[in-house]
Amino acid sequence: MMKLSLGPILWFWSKQTVFDFYAEAAEWPVDTLYLGEAVCSRRRELKPDDWFALARDLKACGKEVVLSTQTLIESEADLRRLRKICEQNEFTVEANDQSALQVAIRNRIPFVTGPSMNIYNVATLVVLAKQGLRGWNLPVELGKETLKQLIGGVNSTGLELPSEVFSWGFLPLAWSSRCFTARHYNLPKDNCEFRCLQHPDGMELRSRESQELFRLNGISTLSGARYDLMRELPEMAAMGVGTARLSPELHGMAEVVQRFDQVRRGEVPKTDPLQLVEAPPCNGYWYGMPGMDQVV
Amino acid sequence: MELVCPAGSLPALKAAVDNGADAVYFGFRDSTNARQFAGLNFNDKRAAEGVEYAHSRNRRVFCAINTYPQPDGWAQWTAAVDRAAALGVDAIILADMGLLDYAANRYPHIPRHLSVQGSATSYEALSFYKDNFDIRRAVLPRVLSLDQVRGVARNSPVELEVFAFGSLCIMAEGRCYLSSYLTDESPNTRGACSPAKAVRWQETPQGLESRLNDVLIDLYGPGESAGYPTLCKGRFEVEGSVYHAIEEPVSLNTLDLLPELEALGISAVKIEGRQRSPAYIADVAGTWRSALDNLKRTPGMFTVENEWRNTLAGLSEGGLTTLGAYHRKWK
Repeated sequence: MMKLSLGPILWFWSKQTVFDFYAEAAEWPVDTLYLGEAVCSRRRELKPDDWFALARDLKACGKEVVLSTQTLIESEADLRRLRKICEQNEFTVEANDQSALQVAIRNRIPFVTGPSMNIYNVATLVVLAKQGLRGWNLPVELGKETLKQLIGGVNSTGLELPSEVFSWGFLPLAWSSRCFTARHYNLPKDNCEFRCLQHPDGMELRSRESQELFRLNGISTLSGARYDLMRELPEMAAMGVGTARLSPELHGMAEVVQRFDQVRRGEVPKTDPLQLVEAPPCNGYWYGMPGMDQVV
Repeated sequence: MELVCPAGSLPALKAAVDNGADAVYFGFRDSTNARQFAGLNFNDKRAAEGVEYAHSRNRRVFCAINTYPQPDGWAQWTAAVDRAAALGVDAIILADMGLLDYAANRYPHIPRHLSVQGSATSYEALSFYKDNFDIRRAVLPRVLSLDQVRGVARNSPVELEVFAFGSLCIMAEGRCYLSSYLTDESPNTRGACSPAKAVRWQETPQGLESRLNDVLIDLYGPGESAGYPTLCKGRFEVEGSVYHAIEEPVSLNTLDLLPELEALGISAVKIEGRQRSPAYIADVAGTWRSALDNLKRTPGMFTVENEWRNTLAGLSEGGLTTLGAYHRKWK
């Protein structure tokens, strides 16, 4: 059966909120949990040791745990945190940047790649497999036709490289050295007053015609519409996708996980409305169209 | 420091060479490079003429094949590498790991430069590309402060090239999917950001609208100068206020930093703009040539001349220039 994962929390939540979230998630029918700060170096509500402790607790609950690394690495301090994540032998690491690839390979720890790693062809997978790659995420902008070819290509090389697809949530689309939340508040990034804590679902960016375009989240920009491949899950399973990734949100996540779990079991999920932050749905990328489009 | 200039056409290549470029970079007329524009770039015949023109004047030529091939495009992209090799270029600028591997195995003698689209922002990432594909040089993304560039340069296993002038990408290059979210093309997949085919202009009673795949990117009132609707440079609404929520239309200009970049051991400064006209390229290349010559002639005494500043400001988006991420406060 296809696995379900919870990607790293892309928002900035308080330490207690994070602990509460994972205390609940430990009981949900998800197989894999990605833990760690993947977005901003200034988000340090949880220190590396807090993440390690959380990882051990969740592993003891029977979850597969993977430690995620920061996507945009800029400073020596970023590298120090990265090395700390890669200097352990209990957990697989999700490399979200080539810096993480290098450190993981050097330390000979098992690694997978996150959706920000540019894997567009089989040759790239073969290169990384030689270095110890254990699994990979499809870049969010790629769709099912490319994925079919990639899975077929991997199978023909005889490699065991399970694929994972970002299947639900606001799509992480870009990372900048500039913080857009701080910019909104006219604050310098280095003295941002941690305003992201006030925006646990990011900040909506709309066109002047009120179209939801993006969600600003510190240095990252996410889609304004919520990607949702629940309906496409059986198709993904038939293609041989290993894992469907769900991206954590503060509200309604238990029900989202439950519905994906029902679908992967071949059951008909409940259809009453979810208690989610309001946003239009989208699935265009999967069908090779603009990401914001919704194919009905 | 080497002056690396863009060539979107043979006349632009000649303008760059004639006005002091040490090296020029170009791409083929398809989506194998990150500046796919209608009517721009080179077929094999033109490319051969360009290589001959530059080489006969002792300048170098780099070929950019810096988009990410998907399985159904793989043969086209490897053929582009073969074509670049056959042209006798001095380096191939690549981003995709699979393609870097192909080039390293097939043409080990042709230097490989990591494109800015390869998103390498640390010396660990540079070491990854050095160890796996033996790259000679890397172009750094425009996201690092000068201090951070210093940290990378101190430990870099390869030559570094940095952006000096031109349009400013505000997102870490090679990892920005904003364009394909609104349209069906991105720099990674098609070598296009905010592609012209999706652009629409419309005069309305409220003003001049610029749209990208119908999405309103900006609305210009009377007297406001309109710019191309690059999606990250539009005016949007966030929590009730309308402003350039991501970035203003502005160009990067690092003339002031030249002495520091040289002191850091940076090997080359890169001018953005293969989509620009030969006249633009001539002005920019000439200005930067003067500045670099001045830097060499009077070490420790370098000052930016007003004439250079004025010329470059006149060639900038919205007439504005910025030090971008090099200047910490910009962030």
